[in-house]
Amino acid sequence: MSLVVDEPRERMVGREAGPIIRPYAVTRGRTRPRGAPLDLVTLLAATGNAPDDPPALSSPQRRLLELCRRPSTPADLASETGLPLRVVQILLDDLRQHRLIQELLPPTTSERPDPRLLMRVLDELRRL
Amino acid sequence: MNFAASDADPHLPGTGTRTEDLPLHTLKILVAGGFGVGKTTLVGAVSEVRPLRTEETLTDASTGVDDLSGVESKSTTTVAMDFGRITMSGGVRLYLFGTPGQERFWFMWDQISYGAVGAIVLADTRRLATSFASVDYFERRGIPFVIAANCFEHARRYTTGEIRKAMDVDPDVPVMLCDVRRREAVKGVLVTLVEHSLRFSDAR
Repeated sequence: MSLVVDEPRERMVGREAGPIIRPYAVTRGRTRPRGAPLDLVTLLAATGNAPDDPPALSSPQRRLLELCRRPSTPADLASETGLPLRVVQILLDDLRQHRLIQELLPPTTSERPDPRLLMRVLDELRRL
Repeated sequence: MNFAASDADPHLPGTGTRTEDLPLHTLKILVAGGFGVGKTTLVGAVSEVRPLRTEETLTDASTGVDDLSGVESKSTTTVAMDFGRITMSGGVRLYLFGTPGQERFWFMWDQISYGAVGAIVLADTRRLATSFASVDYFERRGIPFVIAANCFEHARRYTTGEIRKAMDVDPDVPVMLCDVRRREAVKGVLVTLVEHSLRFSDAR
């Protein structure tokens, strides 16, 4: 058996391919958050606590923290920053662990949305 | 909620926020369908934001047969997820997530479907079999769904009855035809899904 491993050729990267930095470089290689993953539409907001050690925050984390000054969701933040959703979830989890952001509402324990909320949505959709 | 002034971002409106704009309740709808079936168009037809795409990452979490030819050697690769939003009065925001229908993306669906209103299975009548796996997924997990067959030009028109029969779904599952380019048509699908979701909650 040959010792030469058939290494995949580097593919040419064009402008369409997006950022050159590999997405998990900004999470320092982590592919999962430490805590339970944040729901895609969980509302998050900055707590107003000052970071203990500002330089410890990476540039994407600082950007996310700034964006969280207005309540936002991981899905919105991923779109806004252009970072992969999973990466955003990991970075947001870091900010949450440092008490720099928090969930606006207690996490839902129900698998089904509140029927009253669904009724409101139905009315709104019909009027759209 | 404010940070030190030096932290201010000139791109943020900061003070101009009206309280009624603040989101208070968020809801999710999943749009499942194969490549090219019209997920992006459907999401774009009703979204208030230009159809944004967010990247989700396929990691080792995605098991099963992987036929992404040409990328077998990569442990991670990104797949695009269509994302749309409808802001309603009273701080209600409805989010639409369009995700590929193949089984290898189901780890993404698990995230989206928990607590979701339900799902739209967007089907292409020329390749109905590509939607079978999606239907299985939602049936098994007890997630309310509707089947919307995108009406492609030059495709033979089937009746909803024929589609229902081919898909072999419960009689209470709504099956409809939809031109996903038309906002009114997509609104109709959303209304049908929310109504179905309400009945579904009642029935349980």
